[in-house]
Amino acid sequence: MRLALDPALVGQARDLARRAGQPVVDLARSHTTVAVERTVLRLAGVTGADPDGIPWVNRLVDAVVADVGLGHGVALPVWHALRSSGTDDLTLLAQKAAAGSVRFDVPSGRAASAARTAARRATAAGIRRIDRRRRERDRLVARLGDPPQRPWIYLIVATGDIYEDIPQAQAAARAGADVIAVIRSTGQSLLDYVPEGATREGYAGTYATQENFRLMRAALDDVSRELGRYVRLTNYASGLCMPEIAALAGLERLDMMLNDSMYGILFRDINPVRTFVDQRLSRQIHARAGIIINTGEDNYLTTADAVEAAHTVIVSQLLNEFFAHEAGLADWQLGLGHAFEVNPDLPESFRLELAHALLARELFPAAPLKWMPPTRHMTGDVFRGNLLDGFFNLAGVLTGQGILLVGMMTEAVVTPWLSDRDIALQNVRYVLGACGGLAEDFAPAPGGFIQRRASVVLGEAVELLERIAAEGLLDAIADGTFGIMRRPADGGRGLDGVARHEDGYYNPATELLEGAS
Amino acid sequence: MSTVVRPYGDTTGDGMVQLSFTLPIPYDKRAEGAAQQLAHKMGVDPAMVVHAKPMGDGYTFFVVYGRVHHLVDLGQVEVVERDFPLLGTKEINGLIKRRLRRKLVVVGACIGTDAHTVGIDAILNVKGIAGDKGLEYYGEFEVHNLGAQVTVPALVERARAARADAVLVSQVVTQRDAHLHNTKEMSAAFREAFPKALRPLLVAGGPRFDERMAGELGVDRIFGRRTTPREVASYLVHAVVPG
Repeated sequence: MRLALDPALVGQARDLARRAGQPVVDLARSHTTVAVERTVLRLAGVTGADPDGIPWVNRLVDAVVADVGLGHGVALPVWHALRSSGTDDLTLLAQKAAAGSVRFDVPSGRAASAARTAARRATAAGIRRIDRRRRERDRLVARLGDPPQRPWIYLIVATGDIYEDIPQAQAAARAGADVIAVIRSTGQSLLDYVPEGATREGYAGTYATQENFRLMRAALDDVSRELGRYVRLTNYASGLCMPEIAALAGLERLDMMLNDSMYGILFRDINPVRTFVDQRLSRQIHARAGIIINTGEDNYLTTADAVEAAHTVIVSQLLNEFFAHEAGLADWQLGLGHAFEVNPDLPESFRLELAHALLARELFPAAPLKWMPPTRHMTGDVFRGNLLDGFFNLAGVLTGQGILLVGMMTEAVVTPWLSDRDIALQNVRYVLGACGGLAEDFAPAPGGFIQRRASVVLGEAVELLERIAAEGLLDAIADGTFGIMRRPADGGRGLDGVARHEDGYYNPATELLEGAS
Repeated sequence: MSTVVRPYGDTTGDGMVQLSFTLPIPYDKRAEGAAQQLAHKMGVDPAMVVHAKPMGDGYTFFVVYGRVHHLVDLGQVEVVERDFPLLGTKEINGLIKRRLRRKLVVVGACIGTDAHTVGIDAILNVKGIAGDKGLEYYGEFEVHNLGAQVTVPALVERARAARADAVLVSQVVTQRDAHLHNTKEMSAAFREAFPKALRPLLVAGGPRFDERMAGELGVDRIFGRRTTPREVASYLVHAVVPG
């Protein structure tokens, strides 16, 4: 250990994160949401959309909610109606329901058992497909290999048009990217449905749809074979459709998903309860699919000061870790985020960065940390920006980060040009080539600046966790503890899609994913 | 005053500039020639292609240094000069208190699908930017920061409910001129919803706005990049508080 952290304090921090997080888990286990129920239907194979582009899963869930409410879950009413209607085609049932020709009831007794069995069988088929995709990834990685170095090089593509994204993503992979992230269209997080089909129009990004996922994964499989290394694909399981998108990612063999426990609450004003309920199922699916999640702590530092708020990053990482483990994710699946955002005009700013990055590294030794480049202090001065990105890359190498999002010198100026990306990759390659193994030689002086700073931040994190554990996480979020924003539990978007479980609530997906018999 | 200037490399009057660009052709001698020709057409003469690097299939990146012969007459340069005094925190609070005799109400939001609250937060949040505190920090502003992706009708409603003196709208995303369309839609909605005398002051801000476009976009003022909360606060006092 390079920081000589007090093991008792580290243990205390984890205990406090558990104490703060457990009530939220209990809340998630006793509530459902429209997105959770739509996820069950997606796993059971409902696809497609009505002529207005509203997915059949939405139409079906809305019809059930209109008849019997959300609190029983949709599985029992839907599979009961399916049996009574004499069809086994769920999409047909959804179409009939949308036309108003089906009435839903909550079955009881023998009818309920029959509906439960049928729902479970249909949902299990979807989960088996996710399992197959995971084995397929394992085979491809075994055959083609992982990137030869750490950190993995993560590049963003975002044109709005999936057919434009594909050649750009392939070019980025050929130029050295190990992970391609397709940024979503601005505003998708607030859509309460997942758009359908291949899309060619988006704002500052491309819509996440099942078809777009499939097209991009197939294109990257081609380029993976060409390059002899498995190129990973990333998208976003966030916003109002978090668990549905997680399911689609599992079905289409995406490899990483942005999935933060609090990002939607703080930055998109999504209702906190909605977020935590959706998040739990999305993480259970990611766990099953072998997907690495990326958390969003870097975002706190875009609104709060990176020195003053350094401890809030650690607190959020510990909470993300607790929620992730609870949902069944293993350490290798935790791409906990943090960022190089200390004001470069501050004296010793780079040493502060090293202290913060190393602290995360030592607290989560088995997690592939996601290292995010400077954005807040990037200006139109692209020359200085390139230098900052070089120091960011150096810090990433020095502190053994797992996934490095390539910084662009034109951050805050334009969406990256071809040449910006090339210069940025050249910067990364130089640092990796010149000192890729430097972590081996880098040990901060005992009792020196870096060690002292790291223990101060850990101490502040423990103090904050004590407050959160005492006050309750939801109240802490309401008070603006993270990223300055205040988000009360009874406010925000998507609250009307949340319901407490009624007696006899049944969700085959949760049951299967939790391994209950 | 009429002062004429030209770019400065290392000697007065040398006219030296640097530029970089990409051409969609593979790297070879011809590509270098093409880069040189482009620079010539841009008025760089002589043009030195100091760096040429192939990128992927069929693209080449160039860095060019050279001399331009253009002159700039400073007397002919048009800019929006600040037409209000820059005030300190105490003066701002004092003027609102004495002359307005109530809090100055500000409603701020990112409208349309734009989710980048960094600009509006920098102006409104206590935290501010680069040590310059945001409007929430001034005791005499009542700030309602509605955050991201607020619809125009919702913004009009919230402005009415809060009896806003000023509405601040931030726009970062510029794809397909979204920032211009959104701002026009917003100003039109306010004109429709309020009689002229009661309409709140409309202010748009964002890094890619041209500060001279206020009239065209139907707003009272546009703030471009590097605007500080103190400038916005000073402007609001200038425009809202009776003199």
